[in-house]
Amino acid sequence: MAGFGFPLRGGFGSPLRGGAGSALRALAVAAGLLAGGGLGASPALAAGEEVHLPDARFSFEGLFGTFDRASAQRGFQVYKEVCSACHSMRQLYYRNLRELGLSDAEVRAIAATVQVTDGPNDDGEMFERPGRPSDRFHAPFANEKAARAANNGALPPDLSVITKARENGPDYVHALLTGYEENPPEGVELMEGMNYNKYFPGHQIAMAPPLSGEGQVTFHDGTTATVDQMARDVTTFLAWAAEPEMEGRKAMGVKMILFLTILGGLAYAVKRKVWAKVH
Amino acid sequence: MADSMVSHGAPPAAQDGETRRDFLFLVAGSFTAVGVGAIVWPFISSMNPARDVLALSTTEVDLAPVATGAAVTVVWRGKPVFIRHRTQKEIDEARAVPLNELKDPATDESRVKKPEWLVMVGICTHLGCVPLGQKPTDPKGPFDGWFCPCHGSAYDSSGRIRQGPAPANLVIPEYVFTSDTQIRIG
Amino acid sequence: MATGLHKSDFTNPVVRWIDARLPVFTMMQKEYGSFPTPRNFNYFWNFGALAMVNLLIMIATGIFLAMHYTPHVLYAFDSVERIMRDVNYGWLLRYVHSNGASMFFIVTYIHIWRGMYYGSYKAPRELLWMLGVVIFLLMMATAFMGYVLPWGQMSFWGATVITNLFSAFPVVGESIVTWLWGGFSVDNPTLNRFFSLHYLLPFVLFGVVFLHVAALHITGSNNPLGIDPKGPQDTLPFHPYYTFKDSVGLVVYFVVFAVLVFFLPNYLGHPDNYIPANPLVTPPHIVPEWYFLPYYAILRAVPDKLGGVLLMFGSIAVLFVLPWLDTSPVRSMRFRPIAKWFLLLWLVAFFVLMYCGGKPPEGIYVVLARVSTAYYFLYFLVLLPLLGRVERPLPLPESIARPVLRGGGPLPAGAVSKPMEKA
Repeated sequence: MAGFGFPLRGGFGSPLRGGAGSALRALAVAAGLLAGGGLGASPALAAGEEVHLPDARFSFEGLFGTFDRASAQRGFQVYKEVCSACHSMRQLYYRNLRELGLSDAEVRAIAATVQVTDGPNDDGEMFERPGRPSDRFHAPFANEKAARAANNGALPPDLSVITKARENGPDYVHALLTGYEENPPEGVELMEGMNYNKYFPGHQIAMAPPLSGEGQVTFHDGTTATVDQMARDVTTFLAWAAEPEMEGRKAMGVKMILFLTILGGLAYAVKRKVWAKVH
Repeated sequence: MADSMVSHGAPPAAQDGETRRDFLFLVAGSFTAVGVGAIVWPFISSMNPARDVLALSTTEVDLAPVATGAAVTVVWRGKPVFIRHRTQKEIDEARAVPLNELKDPATDESRVKKPEWLVMVGICTHLGCVPLGQKPTDPKGPFDGWFCPCHGSAYDSSGRIRQGPAPANLVIPEYVFTSDTQIRIG
Repeated sequence: MATGLHKSDFTNPVVRWIDARLPVFTMMQKEYGSFPTPRNFNYFWNFGALAMVNLLIMIATGIFLAMHYTPHVLYAFDSVERIMRDVNYGWLLRYVHSNGASMFFIVTYIHIWRGMYYGSYKAPRELLWMLGVVIFLLMMATAFMGYVLPWGQMSFWGATVITNLFSAFPVVGESIVTWLWGGFSVDNPTLNRFFSLHYLLPFVLFGVVFLHVAALHITGSNNPLGIDPKGPQDTLPFHPYYTFKDSVGLVVYFVVFAVLVFFLPNYLGHPDNYIPANPLVTPPHIVPEWYFLPYYAILRAVPDKLGGVLLMFGSIAVLFVLPWLDTSPVRSMRFRPIAKWFLLLWLVAFFVLMYCGGKPPEGIYVVLARVSTAYYFLYFLVLLPLLGRVERPLPLPESIARPVLRGGGPLPAGAVSKPMEKA
């Protein structure tokens, strides 16, 4: 201490601030850290050139967004009749389709269309039986090697959580499905067996354009199966498949925030009362 | 935590406005209690059977290979289910017993859908052991049914408790005959 | 010390009976009830309590998640998805746990910053501070191993890259890495031991937190003025004043937490971790979780493998000796007109490092990361020791009570440090 000689003043002119200002500062730091985290996390994902995804404006976006059931049901049909030829969805069970609004009988009928290996039976043999609601979605290939062998070495990814596994997932899937161009722009040399896609990183994708337009799928509700409509519906279905808890989660979140707001007001009032004698 | 805060939360030098403050503390305390309850419930609930477990609650059994007098054990919800193809003697025995002799009175007719097929959860109602009596070589106990080796409970050919510490008959699961030789349990 | 029953002041017969034999109530009353606490805390002083609550939340959700998780390379990813889909409220437990890790780091970083700004690390609180750094290290180890458990692409490649850091050490490096892995690559043995340690370390951490709090209750808390309480007029009993002040902060904390969990559950995560681990394909751009980005940037700022690793570990290690690097007798930066700005600049450097850690290591980001890394160490190793000697601090207030009371009412007779009524 000795040697500094700063005067200890008796007055109270020192730069002291009250509690309220400090609280604001604390919050600002918290917000800053959050923003810092966000900065760190999101730009990191855009490796290579920036590809701007069009905003498809899905029903399930936003604070109160819910899945459009009719669209998701059509999307399941698109998945079943088109995508499922190559893409598995191993985290889903046929019973999950009930949550999309399908009846129990419909779910049983859909499950029964696939053959599932079960067993061993009493003779020690594996056997095939029709699927049940408690079975996982049938996978098109037995394993990764078989999938690659059938697809020129490319692996069709599992679609269970695809909208969570891609940055800005729903918009990405929708953009990808509608982003094929028959003739690549000038100067782009496509490799053997590759297709040009505006929105795929690197623009060369092994998957051939999966959606071809009218006539490919016949929707029971009379909706016209354009490429955009099918892409939209199947994306809605995939978004639901990836986050089946989303509607309940948001609803619970709204209640939680409301509850905490009131509790926060009460806590602050109580604190003020307790501190009233000190200030 | 919330309660203790509320109960002695009043600062020592409490003077005026005491009622209003107490009311405020009461409301804040109640809200906190509700919040704590809301936090605790998901934890408790998460230990209940998950949806995939509940979905596996049916088992289909083909009865055709089970000869008269023989029995099979199948698994339903992770538990053994006894299916016995009863002989006429066993059926007659079970139906001859007067109800007032039974600890847990139930007619044999109420325990079967078809007299020759007895379908029961094979778990002793005492403390959860699996009784003997399914295999031809097993002891069947004094009532020609099942015998639990853990604490000596004996069941008759209708699966009713006749002797020993078990309080109730072997449980009949929900099942339906989907065809003459096929049942679905659950 | 005399044997026999503890003389309890409690009147409730049950409490009294227990307290006479095991004076836990007396201890709680002393440490959290009547404990004299500086009367001038600001809301920065909430964050220790928040960190404690956060730790308890992590342990509780973790225990329940472990009831459903399978630590095997073939089942880990699926078991996590099963938690998300089939287990009752499983998604809630998991999102609270994964975002809870982020919240824990936010809270802890602010808590550490509070200590740095108000000089809480200085004598006599050096050991308290060092225990805090141990807690921080344990947190980082636990968080890292927890991130491996879902066995997604980022789990796998994060584990591979971080464990490979040890290969930088000459001679023994490779053996250490093989030992960490329990094999010749990150595989099932690695996942199993990470799960075991991820379950163990939080309890070790809890033990160190206990020591951290015990040490705090010996020295007493620092405060925004950084001067010691001179008597009862400078302090307040911890309860009800700070229990209720902490409750206010706690609710605000829960609001931020709830926004993340219910509306942005994957915002702080990385999409690639929803792709099952594939040992044959590295994702094009791998980054650690946001809370490790500053250290990751330091690692990459150095063009030498061993040098980068050493500097990264050094960036934490330097915190251990911080109490002796800072030579100023004044604790609070409020009274250090020059050091304050250098410290704020250090904070800027920290955020720049966090930003650069998430960017590809090329071009301007490398330059920024290098400059920031240099300043990070310059602040601790050169500026702080020097400033303590050359800086002329502002005049310190005479006591805590008087400036706070400026413009306020008279000091209430009963409100100061008087033990509360017993339960």
